[in-house]
Amino acid sequence: MSPRAQVYILAALLALMGAGLTIYKNVELGFPLLPGEYRTVWTIEAKVRFNADGGPAKAALTLPREQRNMEVLGETFSSSGYGFNIISEDDEYRAVWAKRQASGVQSLFYQLDVHQTPGAALEQPLDLSTEVVKPLLRAREQEAVRQAIYSLVETARERSSDTRTFTSELLTALTDSRNQDRNLIFGYYKDRSFVDTALLVLAAADIPAHRIRGLYLEDDRRRLDPEDLLEIYDGKRWVVFEPTSGSPGVPKNFFIWQRGGKSLLDVEGGRNSGVTFSVISNDVPARDVAMLSTSQEKEALVDFSIYSLPIEQQSIFKLILLVPVGALVVVLLRVFVGLRTSGTFMPVLLAIAFIETQLFTGLAIFVLILILGLWIRFYLSRLNLLLVARIAAVVVTVVILMGAISVVSYKLGIEQALTVTFFPMIILAWTIERMSIVWEEDGPYEVVVQSGGSLLVAVIAWWVMTNRYIEHWTFNFPELLLVLLGFIMIIGNYTGYRLGELARFRQLVR
Amino acid sequence: MIQLPSFFRGGLVSPFALRKLGVLGMNARNVHYIARYNDRDKYPIVDDKLNTKRQAKRYRIPVPELIAAFETQPSRTRVEEVIGPLEKFVIKPARGSGGKGILVIVGRDGEDYVKPSGNKVTALDIQRHVSNIHSGLYSLGGKPDRVMIEALVDFDPVFDKYSFEGVPDIRVIVFRGYPVMAMLRCSTHDSDGKANLHQGAVGVGVDLATGKASHAVQRGIRVDIHPDTQMPFSDLEVPDWGDLVRLAASCYEMTGLGYLGCDIVLDRKRGPLLLEANARPGLAIQIANGVGLRTRLEHIEGMDLEQLEKNVEERVAYSMDYFSAPTLD
Repeated sequence: MSPRAQVYILAALLALMGAGLTIYKNVELGFPLLPGEYRTVWTIEAKVRFNADGGPAKAALTLPREQRNMEVLGETFSSSGYGFNIISEDDEYRAVWAKRQASGVQSLFYQLDVHQTPGAALEQPLDLSTEVVKPLLRAREQEAVRQAIYSLVETARERSSDTRTFTSELLTALTDSRNQDRNLIFGYYKDRSFVDTALLVLAAADIPAHRIRGLYLEDDRRRLDPEDLLEIYDGKRWVVFEPTSGSPGVPKNFFIWQRGGKSLLDVEGGRNSGVTFSVISNDVPARDVAMLSTSQEKEALVDFSIYSLPIEQQSIFKLILLVPVGALVVVLLRVFVGLRTSGTFMPVLLAIAFIETQLFTGLAIFVLILILGLWIRFYLSRLNLLLVARIAAVVVTVVILMGAISVVSYKLGIEQALTVTFFPMIILAWTIERMSIVWEEDGPYEVVVQSGGSLLVAVIAWWVMTNRYIEHWTFNFPELLLVLLGFIMIIGNYTGYRLGELARFRQLVR
Repeated sequence: MIQLPSFFRGGLVSPFALRKLGVLGMNARNVHYIARYNDRDKYPIVDDKLNTKRQAKRYRIPVPELIAAFETQPSRTRVEEVIGPLEKFVIKPARGSGGKGILVIVGRDGEDYVKPSGNKVTALDIQRHVSNIHSGLYSLGGKPDRVMIEALVDFDPVFDKYSFEGVPDIRVIVFRGYPVMAMLRCSTHDSDGKANLHQGAVGVGVDLATGKASHAVQRGIRVDIHPDTQMPFSDLEVPDWGDLVRLAASCYEMTGLGYLGCDIVLDRKRGPLLLEANARPGLAIQIANGVGLRTRLEHIEGMDLEQLEKNVEERVAYSMDYFSAPTLD
């Protein structure tokens, strides 16, 4: 295989790999492709209140199940003086607070942050009992009620073809206030909630069903009581119904807390217990959400990446990851334009310094140091020093110059010039040395051309590297470096003319 | 291709026009010719002028006489010992590039040494220059370098009328042993006696068949007479042209490099001497000749093995016949 073909194949592989990882991180892990994307994060707080009797007290709250379209980003529990642990009970998790002696009003808090993701709310194979407990419609209960229930069931059955449509029909009938049978049932079960009654009727119709407790996520809701949904078993799968509308499916912003009919809260050693919920929404940068959710799942791509480093090192990496972009700019300008610079990648280092110092301060400091350094170098050249010693002397002078610039500007109140320390000193010293040779050999004009070229490339590289999209992509999708690598390899195969050559050879075209 | 008015093109020409003319670009040179035909392990032969000299001796290629070479940092007295009795000499870094670090001394004035421009330098200046070269100031990558002191070539006076203060040399591009293009670089007042085209020296395209000037360019603009001496280039003819082309062609065997630039000077008595060889010759030769290199290189690439294995004489004969330039109009 020719080297050229190898380059293309390798570049294509690298680009595919990088692009694939990027798409994976975007689609699966939710890393935003564009900077400044925000996601809504809901903070749900459950507040358990009860009046303690004065003796030992224990409260157990069922914790939310895993829900596929809701990602739990974090949870906190707070309860002063209570011992706390989480226990697993019949495939449910419960938070248990306990205290040896408690009296008066007790408040316990559980708070969690969730983020809505696309996808179905529930996963199917649910290991819940499909057993139907027939309601005991005892003799002392009125015959009329029993009749009404069976009549409702009968009508619904006639108007439906399967369990699902049956349930829909039944729930519609149960909300229809003109329906005589319905009114009779509700009149009899005055003290029962709508869902309890609906469950009773469904049990009478031999359909396995239970309740789902949860909350509608709406901003700034306080002291909410949990809302109920119905879930019925149609012989193959569990189907959720919104009870009052009778429509199947989990409503869009419904957060499922508990599935199945067990109690939400159990309190021992207290009275008047209850749970209330409050919901608030926050807009959080999409990247933070992705980081939180992936760090919980220990996603390898994230766990073994620079995100696992301490924040300080991450911010260093943020700069380092920009270097390849600067290198690409240099490659483009040299291969396609043909700009002359002093030192191939020196402009990239300059650009990094400019990122820290701001462009104009950086330019001013660079030109100042270059001019002063050249001036000192000309004197040093008369002293007959060995090259290494002379460059070291220039390094020292550059450092002294930097110190002087910092101190003087600080005294003058120009704080920006303090960032002068970000300039790569050794590189500057070498630049000064090379420039002074260019001056001696080719004259000052060539010095202006070369340092001007370097500065131009540095400014363009700075401009690209400070672009917020570039910054966002390099830091959040470092795998794009593979794409960049492939791209640079392909550029390395470019054999066409440079822009500068179109001017250089113009006399040949007559 | 739509022809834009030149105002919109900003003095640029279309890349398609250049391609049609067979102009070789820097990127194509690097990828197609240097990377493909020049083996890296042969670079030291041309990158280090001391090696070039040694290799040239082995192949009986005439070169300027080497007076002394300093492998290590020489002591002050050692340098003085060498240059003391000399009237004219050249100090060069063995691994210098682009003519950097070459100090030419053409005479003495008491204790001082005289440069071609008439400026004087002291023995101390020369010491410093030697030290600079040795520290690697002029070498690629700043590696420590060796210093060579060469006899100044006794230039053939034929070019005196076409050169101002400087050293005229002839660059021949040799591709796979076949000379493909040649030019004469004449220094001018503008170029400060240097033979670098981008500094204002005149590049004169030389017809491979005859050694006569075919085209001349200064700073990218066509000229007919030397700007300082006012001599018309149409009268210029390189003597001993056949020997010179043969010398260039034999550098292929000597260096083993497929794409090669040979810099040759004419000595009054000894004839053509190889000054240095270059594994990355520049592209300005195309401007000097007004002809693209690429068509010629591609012609040679299209040859069969038998043709490529011909000896120097046959190759030179072929080139001189095939690559003759159109007459100067």
